[in-house]
Amino acid sequence: MNRTLEALCCAVAALTAIVSIANAQETTPAMLAAATKEGKVTWYTSVDVKVAEAVAKAFRAEYPGIDIEVERAGSERVFQRINQEYQSAIHNVDVVNSSDASHFLYWRQQKWLAPHTPPDVRRFPAQYKDPEGYYATWRATLSVMGYNTKLIDAKDAPTGYMDLLDPKWKGKLVKSHPGYSGTSLTGTYAIVKALGWDYLDKLSKQGVQQLQSTTATPKSIASGERAVMVDGNEYNMFIEIDAKSPVKIIYPKEGTPFVTSPSAIFAEAPHPNAARVLENFLFTARIQQLIVNEGGTRSMHPDVKDPPGRTPLAEIKLLPDDANGMLPQIADIKKRYTALFGN
Amino acid sequence: MLRKREPSDSRPHDTGFPLPRGRRKYFDWTTPVSLAFVLMLSGLVLLPMAWLLIASFRDDASRITLDNYRQFFTDASFLKPLLTTLWTSAAVGFICVALAAPMAWLVSRTDLPGKRPLRILILASFVTPPFLGAFAWVLLGGPNAGLINQWYYALFGLKAFEAAPLLNIFSAGGMVFVMALYTFPYVFTFAANGLDLIPGELEEASAILGMPAWRTAADITLPLIAPSLLAGFLIAFLQSMTLFGPPAILALPAGIDTMTTKIWSLFQFPPRLGLAAAVSLPLLAISVLLLKAQTAILGRRGYAVIGGKATGTRAVKLGSWKAPALLLFAAVLGCSIVLPYGVLLRTAFVRNWSAPMGLYNLTLENWRFVFFEFSQTRLALGNTFILGLTAATAGTLLVAVIAYLAVRRAVWGHRYLSFLATAPVAIPGIVLAVGLFLSYTHPPLVLYGTLAIIFLAYVTKEIPVGYQQIGASLRSVHPELEDAGRIFGATRLRALFDITAPLIRNGVIATWILIFVGSIRELSATILLFTARTKTVSVTMFDLRESNDWGPIAVLSITMLAITFVLIALITRFTDRRMI
Repeated sequence: MNRTLEALCCAVAALTAIVSIANAQETTPAMLAAATKEGKVTWYTSVDVKVAEAVAKAFRAEYPGIDIEVERAGSERVFQRINQEYQSAIHNVDVVNSSDASHFLYWRQQKWLAPHTPPDVRRFPAQYKDPEGYYATWRATLSVMGYNTKLIDAKDAPTGYMDLLDPKWKGKLVKSHPGYSGTSLTGTYAIVKALGWDYLDKLSKQGVQQLQSTTATPKSIASGERAVMVDGNEYNMFIEIDAKSPVKIIYPKEGTPFVTSPSAIFAEAPHPNAARVLENFLFTARIQQLIVNEGGTRSMHPDVKDPPGRTPLAEIKLLPDDANGMLPQIADIKKRYTALFGN
Repeated sequence: MLRKREPSDSRPHDTGFPLPRGRRKYFDWTTPVSLAFVLMLSGLVLLPMAWLLIASFRDDASRITLDNYRQFFTDASFLKPLLTTLWTSAAVGFICVALAAPMAWLVSRTDLPGKRPLRILILASFVTPPFLGAFAWVLLGGPNAGLINQWYYALFGLKAFEAAPLLNIFSAGGMVFVMALYTFPYVFTFAANGLDLIPGELEEASAILGMPAWRTAADITLPLIAPSLLAGFLIAFLQSMTLFGPPAILALPAGIDTMTTKIWSLFQFPPRLGLAAAVSLPLLAISVLLLKAQTAILGRRGYAVIGGKATGTRAVKLGSWKAPALLLFAAVLGCSIVLPYGVLLRTAFVRNWSAPMGLYNLTLENWRFVFFEFSQTRLALGNTFILGLTAATAGTLLVAVIAYLAVRRAVWGHRYLSFLATAPVAIPGIVLAVGLFLSYTHPPLVLYGTLAIIFLAYVTKEIPVGYQQIGASLRSVHPELEDAGRIFGATRLRALFDITAPLIRNGVIATWILIFVGSIRELSATILLFTARTKTVSVTMFDLRESNDWGPIAVLSITMLAITFVLIALITRFTDRRMI
């Protein structure tokens, strides 16, 4: 009995050693040389296209020997494309980022992901990384409400989701689609959990304009196309505010959906070394600060500071995301939502 | 003129003349070559359609089932899009006829000034991809921020959201409006050709008998070109039914689905292929029926005596009607060209498209972003050009041979060839894409994920256009010339290359350019077939639209239009053919 235990302990120790070696994946000169030989890396992401290209530009400047190709689409679109490609045995994607954390559960189940822990991620709080090292939260955003300040006075602005059912908002609302956007899906799940389908049923009778991406809705109220945004990326609102667009963020009083957006490497990545170099790069304090400053996202990196003027996370009532709880309900959410709001 | 004899007694090189004695007989490659092309064409057109049919009767576990059809015909979420498609397409057809018939009459029968520039602008509407028009009209006719509504609010001192907008482009009506703007040139062409074919004597007679011009037009001209108008209506119907861009851009945000957007949504992961196939086939059936009706109508030729061009009809003097006539053109072409192109140009050079054009708003940022930062630009432009070049080259070669075989009736079964070469007209792009996806995502030939599958889509889609163009050129070269060559011992291929080919050179170049232009703007098939590595400019724009990045969209639109117009200008240089 003792022997067995001893053997087991040894095995565990050996396994831990292997795992920690596998986890010690700094960008070494050897890795970089191999990555440069691969010459290229393909990054699928759902972050705003200009933010994505800013990150790509920084990557090119840092690693001129590795060409980076950005494929930007909504999270659900990214998910569909990867799955469609993998179903047809097309291995295109190296590194992926999506705002629907449940995608990573699915890919993990399919055994499509490779474990990799960038050095910076070791210092992340435990809830923002996979215990087995398959993914970590690259960025987070809030799915906020917002309004156009030229069209609506601050005193008249809605303060939460329930306010939107007031007839005076009829025909003035714009919303993104959970069938396209991971942020919207995560947000829809949180709203349903907090307020029930009954709420969305009533909201769907308010003449809501249906857009696809949560990056699109802030642009819509910034242009004045619609007055109030039901959901949209906080980071796009920051970008609009920095660009002096007449918009203001509303953190709904019922709570604001908090959306983590992990990043991972695919096991069958066509450029495995370049993929690791990119993944490490994405989590460095410099890039995390870059996407916070220019991209308006929230970072889990302990060294990153929010720029002045943004409400600290601690002061906002959050509706945390729950990928495990959401995963079995996704198809149902999309179907019921589409039945109410259309495609 | 020499005709082939019955296949049973004809050898491949048989010209009907005895070969000069003592000459070496060259092996005539006509039969193997033509057989190869026949097989290729059959594979290209029939394989996807066969798979479509098979898949529609199978469930996910490959068992035979009627469930897909049952779901299609009982589920309101499928029947509603079908109804929407039917009534919006009919509406587009009516609007097109109502606009294009008077326009064609004015251009061909009256002393309307500025006919040439007007025809050029109609041609421009013809070659503008409808999805670009839809993009532009979002910027013009968005209910609150759209520029036209902004002007309207400003003009009447109204406030957005409080007053109803002048127009809301995000609606079924908005979609019909935009589709009509880019479909009416088809009807115009039909009507104008119809008018050209009516002998002027009938109208002349009516005028001599003292009828006013409007009565001649209504009682004589209109009945005579009614078949052409009906045919034009059917083509407009068919066009709008198969479009993907305008419904996806204008109707989806209002929660309205059409057949094409429905098929597209069935392709979202996990794709429901059987259902997509079952939804595609009725669309195909409708389209085949429409074309059959159209050929039947044109085949009747109405009452007109077709004897070549009419001889010098006297132009009707418009007099004081000139102003309203020009107003009609101004309204239509303003909506299809002037306003959309203007708004795209403006959007390409400003930071915030809905803000006034002040100096602070002007920027080259969108251009810099698209051409120096956006990593998909290079990939997408590269793919688009590779596809355009290869599809145009392979397509031209294919249709040239097919057209030659069919027009000269050189092989047995030329009718079948001619049918196959025209058949893809009836296949909506998105339906073709479903068929291709089903055919080439499993062994023996896995093409999904490569440019090859998109290439096949483009070639197949463009075959009829090319066939018509080259066929027309070939018919204008009398076979006597070739026969002369063959009497002196040349094989059919040699005669083709040395005699016919140089004569139809311009037609071939025009075909090449037409296929190229058709390929670089394709959206409805590409949208189902692209992957991240095989994106084209059109789907890149579609992706940008989903996140409302209008600046880059405008830049890419202008680039695409510029390339198109340069090429179209080249066609008109190479052929005497009037495009519109």
